[in-house]
Amino acid sequence: MKYNTMTIEDAKYLASVIAPERVLFGDEVSHDYGHDELGDITRVPDCVVKPLTTEEVAEVMKYANAHLIPVLARGSGSGLVGSAVPVHGGIVMDMTGMNKILELDADNLTVRVQCGVLLMELAQFALDNGFMYPPDPGEKSATIGGNINTNAGGMRAVKYGVTRDYVRALKVVLPTGEIQEFGGKVVKNSSGYSLKDLVVGSEGTLCVVTEATMKLVPKPAHSISLLVPFPSIAEGIGAVPHIVRSGAAPTAIEFMQRDVILNAEEFLGKKFPDSKSEAYILLTFDGETKQGVEAAYEQIAELCLELGAIDVLIMDTDERKDPVWAARSAFLEAIKASTDFMDECDVVVPRSHVAEFIEYTHEVEREVELRIPSFGHAGDGNLHIYLCRDGLNDEVWKQRLEKAFDLLYTRAHALGGFVSGEHGIGYVKRGYLYESVGGIQTELMRGIKRVFDPNGILNPDKVIALEKESEG
Amino acid sequence: MNILVCIKQVPASSNVRVDPVTGVLIRDGADVKMNPYDLFALEMALQLRDCFGGKVDVLTMGPPQAKDVLLEAMYMGADDGMLLTDRRFAGADVVATSYTLSQGATAMGDYDLILCGKQTTDGDTAQVGAEMAEFLGIDHATNVIRIERVTDAGLDVIVNFEQEVYNQTMEFPCLLTVEKDANVPRLPSYKKKKQVDPARVRICTLDDFADQDATHYGLSGSPTSVEKIFPPEKNDDRMKLSGTAAECADQLVALLADRRLI
Repeated sequence: MKYNTMTIEDAKYLASVIAPERVLFGDEVSHDYGHDELGDITRVPDCVVKPLTTEEVAEVMKYANAHLIPVLARGSGSGLVGSAVPVHGGIVMDMTGMNKILELDADNLTVRVQCGVLLMELAQFALDNGFMYPPDPGEKSATIGGNINTNAGGMRAVKYGVTRDYVRALKVVLPTGEIQEFGGKVVKNSSGYSLKDLVVGSEGTLCVVTEATMKLVPKPAHSISLLVPFPSIAEGIGAVPHIVRSGAAPTAIEFMQRDVILNAEEFLGKKFPDSKSEAYILLTFDGETKQGVEAAYEQIAELCLELGAIDVLIMDTDERKDPVWAARSAFLEAIKASTDFMDECDVVVPRSHVAEFIEYTHEVEREVELRIPSFGHAGDGNLHIYLCRDGLNDEVWKQRLEKAFDLLYTRAHALGGFVSGEHGIGYVKRGYLYESVGGIQTELMRGIKRVFDPNGILNPDKVIALEKESEG
Repeated sequence: MNILVCIKQVPASSNVRVDPVTGVLIRDGADVKMNPYDLFALEMALQLRDCFGGKVDVLTMGPPQAKDVLLEAMYMGADDGMLLTDRRFAGADVVATSYTLSQGATAMGDYDLILCGKQTTDGDTAQVGAEMAEFLGIDHATNVIRIERVTDAGLDVIVNFEQEVYNQTMEFPCLLTVEKDANVPRLPSYKKKKQVDPARVRICTLDDFADQDATHYGLSGSPTSVEKIFPPEKNDDRMKLSGTAAECADQLVALLADRRLI
């Protein structure tokens, strides 16, 4: 696809329809707009626009579409696969200014927000009003628009599902500039193809989400977490399928290894309440009554002890939960700080194969000679596996990384899994996606992209390229 | 080393409701928990026992259901517990509370060391530990953040008074109040929960004390009284700086300098 290079005249036009102080061009553009959280691909955009309304977004899209200028809508930039990097330059729309919570509808249990509202702001707003917004991805400073576009999952997915399950309606701007509403406040909907669901997880390639109506649930009155130490990784992770099968319905089942906990202790400068054991399972239960929650956790506590747990440690107050969940939330940053560079593999496998897959990462670690720490959502089969460079030279690193990725994705695929559980495909994981889903599904996806974005101006070459030859 | 840790059951939520008419704390149906400061005192005691042997007992005063907080301490590793509960103890101010606890500690046994949390999250006075030591006639140190050294005769502790940090040498028996974040408290164990015999919590009333003069306890033993309880005013002042990162930084520096904070 041939795009036009952005000129000062283009920027002046945008400034005239938006506001001069919210359009940055050339040297005014900060390098922070050129990378995401992982930062292995970079490209600073030619222009940054900071819209405040859906109509402003529509103006930008119309102009860009008519002039064949690539556009990328960016939230907090906390993605890990290059989706927020403008690989063809052009315009980045910084959506973080659209950060208003617009309406709480207690009758329909929904909240309507602008796309730049942060996950932590939405979660707190819900709690303050007696509700809960269940999706709980680790990166709380991500925007809701970003969460929708990656179909972010998080820790409570075991019981409550992922972001997709909470999207009722979306206000979007199509690449051609039309404003549309997909979905509504309805609970059921069998009215044609669900365009809303196509947009969820589309990584900003089909349209720009400017507002979202999200489903809330009543806030559970009681919650308790358990930290369960196991003498070995195999025993710890091996307990997970038994827990899932038990029917006790924990809200979260997280798996963590001792070396990652030690990284987090060093990174945070804070001790974890217990780091003597090789492996830990972290569980949370919630419910309406204290007795109900206790009955659920006692059943699982007994089960874990039968399966070889050293003990079952109880976290029943905020003081006890906070240090453990703070460490859990810092794992990614802690691993990142433990090495000079890392790449990540966010595979998802059927939950029954989680134990096998984690064991396999240790095999790969030995075979490829890379340090591969991991942690993740053991209860929903989504693992976060990190490949650490640890000072290797360029050639060796690239060679080992490629080999490790090939092995991991091949095994995940063989187990019935997928390339990404919640971080997305973006730019860097495309090849693995095509291998995993095959030619027919790739062409279906390309067809969808073409219908939404005939000129291919919106976040080009992410997830799926409009033209096959652009799929590097 | 035999250690006694004084603990208290407090409302679980920091958003305590106050009856606007009577000014009394609304406790009905509210969840309770161990005073967060006491967790650090208990952990310090358990670590000392892990290193030097001996015994860690826990003491509390409160209504019959306060037994739960003693059991919780035992799930963390405490050995024995004593609950001081008697209608005649009700309505105690800090002086009467400290006196009751000192009588309870004496009734419970001989201790080399008594540990308390620095303060409670419901009363917030930070006076009970020190007053208890006075009634027991032993030395005390408050705001202890660390134990530096333990000898047969006593211990060296680091106390933090925010402006200054002291190294204090204490002789046994003595009492310490422990500052927040002095350590990372261990979590209660489900295994211990199943093993603990609730009968190891002794229930104690005024009749078990050496001083049985009822006028020394509860409301009648309290020289002070609370006139009014009200929730603190909420301060929602906030400002938002806007502009580029450099502009925001300049504004922030100017603001802090203006208030003489830098």
